Amino acid sequence: MKERKLTLALMDPPYESANSTTALRIISAALEKGIDVNVFAYEGAVCLPLKDQAPHANPVKGTSVEEEEHPTTKAFISSLLAMGKLTWVNCGLCVDERGATNVVDGVKRGSPADFFKMASESTNTLVIPTK
Amino acid sequence: MTRYVFIQSRDPFEAREPQFLEETAIAVKERGHEVTVFLVQNGVLAARQSTRRLERLTQAGVTLLADNLSLRERGIRNEELAPSVQESEIGTLVDEIVQENTKAIWH
Repeated sequence: MKERKLTLALMDPPYESANSTTALRIISAALEKGIDVNVFAYEGAVCLPLKDQAPHANPVKGTSVEEEEHPTTKAFISSLLAMGKLTWVNCGLCVDERGATNVVDGVKRGSPADFFKMASESTNTLVIPTK
Repeated sequence: MTRYVFIQSRDPFEAREPQFLEETAIAVKERGHEVTVFLVQNGVLAARQSTRRLERLTQAGVTLLADNLSLRERGIRNEELAPSVQESEIGTLVDEIVQENTKAIWH
């Protein structure tokens, strides 16, 4: 059987939209099925793997950092990269605009030309735009 | 024949855009293509039988799937769903879009 490959283009920054959560769920489900996944992160989505993200306490509920177990997108992405078969490319221009260079290990820097190559080599491509 | 998978993430009560997706999906189906609409996030608010929002898609023969996590987050129980809607895993969406000759459109 021909190897299946899925490419996603993401644009939403972290903690703004349910799109990010759904995208990470799609990536996770595809990897669990043994499908190769490419991600091209564009615009605010280049901040999804930012290493500087920190979980926080919740003063409204009075919970500590540990009790809150605040999920970070960088932790999700690290876990997904550790599963193998995931290539994550951040758009270089978008990174420079946002100073978003300190990212988790395994995230690459690229350009829309990489997205074109990924899409050309994939079974399918899903673009998840900002609203 | 091409397979089309429309992923509807938007609240049908918030704007008229979901109506545009519905009209597009029906038009594609009428041209002989296989069409699935996968409801996710606030898109699942259309899945409740009481809203009658999916009647035209159902009559057109469009396959309707709803993301189980999105349903649970919004307190929508399986028995509230329109009969034509099938509660699905996100992995089902992956299976749908990772096939040859399939167009996946997010809305």
